[in-house]
Order: sequence, then structure tokens, then C-alpha cells
Amino acid sequence: MTALLEIRDLVVEFSTGGGALRAVNAVSYDVEPGEIVAVVGESGSGKSVTALSVLRLVPQPPGRIVSGKILFKGDDLLALDDEAIRRVRGGQIGMVFQEPMTSLNPVLSIGRQMTEAMRLHLGLSAAAARDRAAELLTMVGIADPESRLKAYPHHLSGGMRQRVMIAMALSCNPPLIIADEPTTALDVTIQAQILELMRDLCRRLGVALVIITHNLAVVARYADRVNVMYAGSVVERGQAREIYRRPSHPYTVGLMNSVPRLDRPRGAPLEPIPGSPPDLASLPPGCAFQPRCHMATARCRAEAPALSPVAAEHWSACFESQRVAGELVR
Amino acid sequence: MTVAAEMDRPTSKGPAAQTEGPLLELRGLSKHFPIRRGALIPRTVGAVKAVDNVSLTIRRGETLGLVGESGCGKSTIGRCILKLETPTAGSVHFDGADIAAFDGPQTAGFRRRVQAIFQDPFSSLNPRMKVAEIVGEPLIVHKMEPDRNALDARVRALLDVCGLSPRLADRYPHEMSGGQRQRVGIARALALRPDLIVCDEAVSALDVSIQAQIIRLLEDLREEFDLTYLFIGHDLSVVRHICHRVAVMYLGKLVEISESERLFADPQHPYTQALLSAVPVPDPEIEERRDHQVLKGEIPSPSNPPSGCVFHPRCPLADQACTETVPELRDLGDDHKAACLKAGEPPTFQPTTAPP
Repeated sequence: MTALLEIRDLVVEFSTGGGALRAVNAVSYDVEPGEIVAVVGESGSGKSVTALSVLRLVPQPPGRIVSGKILFKGDDLLALDDEAIRRVRGGQIGMVFQEPMTSLNPVLSIGRQMTEAMRLHLGLSAAAARDRAAELLTMVGIADPESRLKAYPHHLSGGMRQRVMIAMALSCNPPLIIADEPTTALDVTIQAQILELMRDLCRRLGVALVIITHNLAVVARYADRVNVMYAGSVVERGQAREIYRRPSHPYTVGLMNSVPRLDRPRGAPLEPIPGSPPDLASLPPGCAFQPRCHMATARCRAEAPALSPVAAEHWSACFESQRVAGELVR
Repeated sequence: MTVAAEMDRPTSKGPAAQTEGPLLELRGLSKHFPIRRGALIPRTVGAVKAVDNVSLTIRRGETLGLVGESGCGKSTIGRCILKLETPTAGSVHFDGADIAAFDGPQTAGFRRRVQAIFQDPFSSLNPRMKVAEIVGEPLIVHKMEPDRNALDARVRALLDVCGLSPRLADRYPHEMSGGQRQRVGIARALALRPDLIVCDEAVSALDVSIQAQIIRLLEDLREEFDLTYLFIGHDLSVVRHICHRVAVMYLGKLVEISESERLFADPQHPYTQALLSAVPVPDPEIEERRDHQVLKGEIPSPSNPPSGCVFHPRCPLADQACTETVPELRDLGDDHKAACLKAGEPPTFQPTTAPP
């Protein structure tokens, strides 16, 4: 199967007072049609910047896509002119962001915002777009869609607004949706509602979904494949099941040992990763994770490991990957 | 502990410390915020019942968790305990005394003994003050360390106990990472050797690996300084990990309270059951087998709560009685209480937790 989205050796830099800062360092990942791919990492890992680069939404300046390719259905999105990329945004690739209140325009009604993209991308008439908007709202579980179309964002709750965002992302039948921390700002029970809804709709409509998150439990429940990012690079990639059964990068293991779990007896001690996330302006030599890694060797301090296979459909950027799985607290 | 000894200078105690009875007690606490209309002649047209008739106790040395979704009143309870809000009804008793009846010196003593750690260390630290000033300020305000050199030594000891290098003393908050800023907030809360610390979403804004570090720090400090915590949070796995007992709130009401292990293994209120069912576990093989029964609907407005049990419109067990009768918090034995007419019936949701 050919990939729907292929990110190849993407490098993105931000210019700061102290020089260029490399937020994304040679990142590659693929998304197959219809699959759910998670990108996991902490703040500053480059997971969001990579996704924003796909839609060329990284503010330039200070950001700059230095090199790499982003192939969507075989076309390089980085080579498109402004007019062409506008047709991709919303039309071919839908977006759902973390904070729906800041992504929706506060002074336009929900109906106006929902129909805009459909009229532009699908060429629908105002009436047809409105009918479809009402249909979409029903599909994402919003009762009384006709009156909701007249409402403004502040009339809706956080969960409702996120449902509207999902309806908008789906409105032009895109083959791909990118969701950046779609439920982080929501309450626990609403978070479950939204994630179940997104998964069910994507499966039913055959839409591929990239979920960007820091929550390992969300990944476990919803993702087919996982990319773990650290300091601007993908450090581990594989099938979700495989990664949880046999994590092969010390950072992935560290993340798993850092979260308390409801399915484990209470009182199991947490094993935090020591130290702080790296300063992108002054990355350590060798592997970016080595200062926080208790398995680090002289080689790790001298040489940066590349992503290499550890098993079928499973890659890790660690020289000691074969020893790593044993470090997981079970 | 040398660090503890360094910090443990004689202090001007406020209210005489007792050793019997609960450290803190809420008796029928309510906080209603009036809704006003009209520009010229404002009139009260209703009230948001942020907290409605909540009674609970915090025992000495324990960590009590307070969980619930946004708008359930958990932070308002924290603010009432900190004397930042005046309750509409009911009272807060600290060490056996009603905090509303304190005079000036007693209030000062109370403020020394009760401290807070907030969610966002960036907005709770003064951006114009250096770390050493932030941590030392409570000691100056409460006149607990008049000597300049001794103050510096104490600040350094506080930074050290919170895992901050003394090099950071001259930094400003914006020059530090989120985890370091939260450590500064903790050092400041610790400066006055309080008895109770209200942790309001203290680890919610932090990255996973840093969150685990701060949880460990809070646990270590609890041991070292005999602290009592009120831990307000919404991440149930974190709350279960750190708390001895947990109270669950919904729409201003306390719906269930129990010893932590028991609450998570055998939740009795349908809302607690739903909350637990909504939390995924970081293991795809477990998640594949587990059926999330997603709670329908959204939280109603606290200005116009439903009749009877406030949870009844979303509750899968609700019947006619639930729409009419307000359920009282019932004792189910072994320190476990739930406010549900049907508590004790088989659970409707599949809990996630491992048996204790």
C-alpha cells in the first residue's frame, strides 16, 4: 500500500536571539490510508511543529522549513504555491486543535464558520452547505443542530466546541485529519466521549487520523501505530501493541514508568526520568537523551544513534535497544 | 535530617497546635455566587451553587484527594479553606477552631500554617522577583527570620530540599523550566513549615516525566515534614497514587468519599464508576478487551441544577425517586460513604483498577 502521507527528513528551525534552534531534526514518518497514528512526546519534542509543517502553518519567520519532503498522495506539499496549499488545508487535510475556543472565530456563528470551507472547497451553495452542516452536527452527536448553527462559540461548552471542530474537520471529506492534543483541555468523561467519537467516525468514513498527544493511555486505546518523539527526533516507532509490550528506547520506557496506572496495585513507586527536557539551543553531543539515560555508554555520548529496526515493524534510535525492554517496571 | 533541622527554627505559632481530632473539618460548607442583572439597579436573579452543603474532614498526616470535573466546586472548596472566599453557609474548622472567628493575629498564624501550591507556576510566581526573594518573602512577611545571613541559609536549604541547585537563587521565573518553577512554588509553600498544604492541580500542567518527579517530591516532603495535603486534581491515576482517601464531587456536591484503594476498587456512586470507566490504561491489550461505557450528556449548569439527585439526568440507574429525593451521604461501612439512593447495587460500569 502506498502511504497517504510521507514525511521525509523534515528539518524545521526557528531563529531566536541566540541563533537558529532546531525544533524538528530529520523527522520521517508515514500515515497509511485509514489508519490512526499517534505522535507522542513532551513539550518541545517537535511533535506539533512537525504536524503544523504538513499544512505549512509554521509561522515564517521566525520558523523556517530548512529541508525535507512532505508527500501527500505523492505531491510534495512543501513545493506547492500558496493557492494550492490553501486547497489542501481543510479540503484535503482537516485539523483539530487543542483549544477549540481559540481555533473558532468568536464573532462568527457556528453555521457561518462551518459552511465557509464547504462553499470554498466543495463549491456548495449557501443552502446546501447549511444542510450539510446540520447533518455533520448530528453526526458528531449535537442535538438540535438547526439552533446550534445560529449559536456563537461562547454559547457552547468545551466538549461541544470540540465536536464542532471535528464536524468542520470532516466537512470536506478529507482523507486525513490531524488532531493536535484534541482532548487535553477537556474533562475526563468528555475526553472519553470525544476520543470514541473521533475513532468511530474515522473508522466508519475511512479517514486517516494523526493524534498528537502526551498521554500514553490515550495512545494505547486509540492508535494503530506510534511514533515517540524526543528533542525534535523520532526515537521509537512501531505497532502500538508491540511498543507497549517491548518498548525499545529508554525514553519510552521512562515515560511508561513515570505514569501511575489504575490497573496496577496502588503504591507501586513511580520511576521518574531524571533531569529536564533538553534545551534545543544547546543539545548534548551524541544521543540527545544520553544525559538523562542511566544506560548511556561512551558511544552514546559521542555518536547520535539512527532509527534502526529492532523487530518486524518496530524501530528504535538507541544503541542499547536490545537491553532496554528489561527496564520496564511490570 | 540536617535540612529539616536547619529549617526547623523556633517559630511564632499562631493558634495553639492541637494533636487530637481532625486537622481540618468542613461542616455543611456552601458557597453560592450571586448572579446579578441590571446596570442601574442591580438585583440578584439567582445563584451559582459552586459548593453546596459539603461536610468532610482532613485527618492529620493524610493526603485527601478531591476530584471532579471542571465546575464541580473542588477549587472553590480549596479557596474557602485558604480563607480566600467567605462561605455562604457552613464553616471551616482548623485544628478545632472556626477560621471565620479568627482575629488578626490568629489569622496570621493560620495563614502561616496553611499554604497553597497552584497549577500554573508561571502565573503564581511574581515575574519581577528572583527565586531567592520569592522563597524568602513569606519568612520576611511573617517576621520569622530577621537575620539576613540566616535567611539566605534557610532559602538555600529550602531550594535544596526541593531539588533546586543554589545557582538558581538569582534567576527569574521566566529563566526556568516548568518543573523548576513548580519546585520554587513548593519551596515557597514550605518556607513557613506549614501543617496543611492545599495542592490545587499542582502537577496538572507538567510534562509526564516532570510530573512524576514532582509527585515523588511531594511524597518525600510529606514524610520529612509531617505534612497534610489536600490534593485537588482531575487525573484519577495520579490522585489514586498519592492520596490516602479520596472525595469525589459533582456539581457542587460531595457524592462519594472513601479510602483510596477501596474507592477505586469498589466505587459505589454511578458518577465515580463512570469517571473510572472513562480513564484509559496505557496498555493496548487491556484496552482492547475493555468496554468504555461513555457517560452521556454534559454537566448541567450549577446555576440551575437538576432536582433531586443532581446526577440523575446522566445516570444510567436513575428512576422516579432520584428525580425527587436529594440523596444524603450514606455510611456504607469501613469509612466509605456515597450519596446515592442506589449505592450498594451492582456497578453499571466496569472499573479499571487492580484489586488492592
